[in-house]
Amino acid sequence: MSWITARRRRTAAGYAVVLLGLIAIGAGYAALTGQGSPASAATPGTVSSRTLAEGRELFAVTCASCHGMDAQGTSLAPSLIGVGAAAVDFQVSTGRMPAKDIGPEMPQKPVTFTTQQIHSIAAYIASLGGGPEIPSAAQVSTSGANLALGQSLFITDCAQCHNFDGAGGALTYGKYAPPLTHATNTQIYEAMLTGPEAMPVFSDTTITPAQKRDIIAYITKIRAEPNPGGFSLGRIGPVTEGIVGFLGGIGVLIFFAMWITMKRRGTHDETAES
Amino acid sequence: MSETEPGHQLPPGEAGEAEEHEYTRVPHRVIGTPPPAEAHTLLPDTQASAEPPAPRELPAGPDNPAKAKTAEKVVAACFVLSMLASIGFIAAYVGLEVHSVDAVLRSNLALGLSMGIAFMAMGVGFTVWVRSIMPDVEQVEERHPLASTPQERAAFSKTFIQGAEASGFIKRPLLRRTLIAASVPLAVAPIVLLRDMGPLPGTSLRNTVWRKGLRMVVYGPNTPLRAADFSTPGQMITMIPEGYAENQNVLAKATVIIIKFAPGELIPGRPGSPGTVMNWTVDNIVAYSKICTHVGCPVALYEQTTHHILCPCHQSTFNAAQGAQVLFGPAPRPLPQLPIGTDAEGFLIATSDFHVPVGPSFWELGASGFRGGNE
Repeated sequence: MSWITARRRRTAAGYAVVLLGLIAIGAGYAALTGQGSPASAATPGTVSSRTLAEGRELFAVTCASCHGMDAQGTSLAPSLIGVGAAAVDFQVSTGRMPAKDIGPEMPQKPVTFTTQQIHSIAAYIASLGGGPEIPSAAQVSTSGANLALGQSLFITDCAQCHNFDGAGGALTYGKYAPPLTHATNTQIYEAMLTGPEAMPVFSDTTITPAQKRDIIAYITKIRAEPNPGGFSLGRIGPVTEGIVGFLGGIGVLIFFAMWITMKRRGTHDETAES
Repeated sequence: MSETEPGHQLPPGEAGEAEEHEYTRVPHRVIGTPPPAEAHTLLPDTQASAEPPAPRELPAGPDNPAKAKTAEKVVAACFVLSMLASIGFIAAYVGLEVHSVDAVLRSNLALGLSMGIAFMAMGVGFTVWVRSIMPDVEQVEERHPLASTPQERAAFSKTFIQGAEASGFIKRPLLRRTLIAASVPLAVAPIVLLRDMGPLPGTSLRNTVWRKGLRMVVYGPNTPLRAADFSTPGQMITMIPEGYAENQNVLAKATVIIIKFAPGELIPGRPGSPGTVMNWTVDNIVAYSKICTHVGCPVALYEQTTHHILCPCHQSTFNAAQGAQVLFGPAPRPLPQLPIGTDAEGFLIATSDFHVPVGPSFWELGASGFRGGNE
C-alpha cells in the first residue's frame, strides 16, 4: 500500500489508472465473450476413394451419429435425404460439418476432409434422394457477368443479412449470417441453391444461374475494393468507424488538452510563493 | 450622483461639478436605453481603490536553462518537421493523380496525413516552447465592471434623441406608417414559406399501386415468376409491381417479399387469434409488405428455419408463418399481407391492393389500424 501511497499523486498515475481500467474492461469482455481458438476436431479420413461405398463408409464414421445410419435424421439433426450433393459440399467444404456441437449456428472450422472425400460423401447422399448437384467450374465462372444486376439483386435479397459489403451480421437467438469474405464461388452458389440453416433458398427458378453468377461476381468484386484510409475496420460501417473516431480521435485530443494545461512540476510552487 | 448610482462611485476628482450638472439634464427615460439609475454592478468596486497594480517583473530567462536548451532543439525540430510536411502537402497535391478511385484514395491519404503532421508538429512545437522555455509565472488580471460610465451613457442618450429628432420619425407620420407597412409583410413572408412542407398526403398513405391483375416481377431483373417456380419450401425473393421498376416513389411503398412455405406451416387466422389470410395465398406462397411498420426500413432478414422476418434497423421481429404478427421489437402492427393469385399463364399477380396501409403508422391511421390482422 505504501508503494501506491507514495506514487498516487504523480502525473503519470492518472494515465496509469485509466490504462489499467481499459485493460481490465477489455480482458473481462474477452473472457466473457471469447470463444478461444477453435480446436481442430480432426477426424481422420480413413480412405480416399470416389466410390459410393467409400462415401457411405465416411458417412457412417463421421455423420451417422447425428444424422442416422441411413441419413434419415434423428432428434439431433435433420434428414439428409433429398438435400443433394450441393448441400453436402457446402456444409463440409466450409468446415461447418461435421459439427462439434449443436448450437444456434454451426461455426466454420478447419476443413476435415479432402475434396475427393467430400465429393464421395456428396455422391452417396445424392444417391439417396437426388437434390441439387455441385455446380461445375463453368457454372460459377464470373467472366462476362453483369455486375450492375448482381449488385441490384445482392442489395435487395442478400445485403439485409450479409451486410452491404458481405461482412455478415447478427440474426435472432444467437444465429448469424456469416461473412462472405472467404467463401469460394462454388460455396456461394451452393448456399443460394440449398439455403443452409436459416438462409432462405434461392433456387434456379427464382434466381437463374446467370443471375447467381452476377451476384457472385459482385461479391468477389467488392472484396477487392480498396479501403479508404487503409483500414477496413471490419467493413461493418458506422459502429467500428465511430468507435475508432471517438476513442482514437477524441482520445488524442483529450491527451493534448491535458498535456497543454498540465502544471509543471517543481517550478510552479516557488514562483507562486515568491 | 449618489442617488442615481447607488453601487458605483467615481474616483475622487473625476466627478466634476460641470459633468454632474450636464448629466442631470438628461431625460430619465429614453426609448431603447435602460434608465441610468438601474445601471450598476455587482462586481467589487475596483476603480475606487484606484492605484493600478504595479507591473510585475518577468524573470529574464527560463527557470531551467539547461532544460530550455534541449527544448529549443525539440521545438526547432518540430517546426522543421512541420515545414517538410507542408512542402509534402504541396508536392502531394501537385504530384498525385486523382483520375481513378484508387488514386483518389492515395491522394486523400497523402494530403490528410501531410497536413495533419504539419499542424500537429507546429502545435507540439508551440506547446513545448511555452512549457519549457518561457518563464512560469502566474499573472493576475483584474476584472472591471462591464457597464459604461454615466458620462458615456448620457452622451449616447443625447445623441440618440438628437438623431431621432433629426430623422423626423416622430414628426413625419407618413414615413413612419409606410415603413411599418413595409415591415409587416416582410416578417410574414418566412411563415408563408412553411407551406412548402405540404401539401397534406391525402389518401396516398393508404394506397399502393397494387391492383387486381397486376403482375409481380423480381426486383432487379424484372422477370415475372410462376407459382410453380417456387418449388422448395424456404424460398424467398423480393418482388415489385410490373412496370414500376424505375419509380422509387412507388417502390417505397409497394415492394413485397414472397415466401414459400411447406404445406401446413402457415397458421391461418382464427377468431381471437390473428394469422395468415389463406385466401390471399397461392400454393403456400405468401406476400408481405417489405416496409417495416415501425419506421419503414426494408425488412428482408428472413430465417427459413424459424420463419422470423427481422428488421435490420430496430430488430422488430415478425412471424411470417402467422400473418407476420409482431414477435418482438418496436413495430406496432403486423406487416400487411398482399392478396395474391395467379393469372392464366400461371404467373403471380396481385388480386387487390393491400387492405391496410403499409409502412410506418401515422396519426390518421386510427385505432382500427392497430388492431392487428390484415382484414
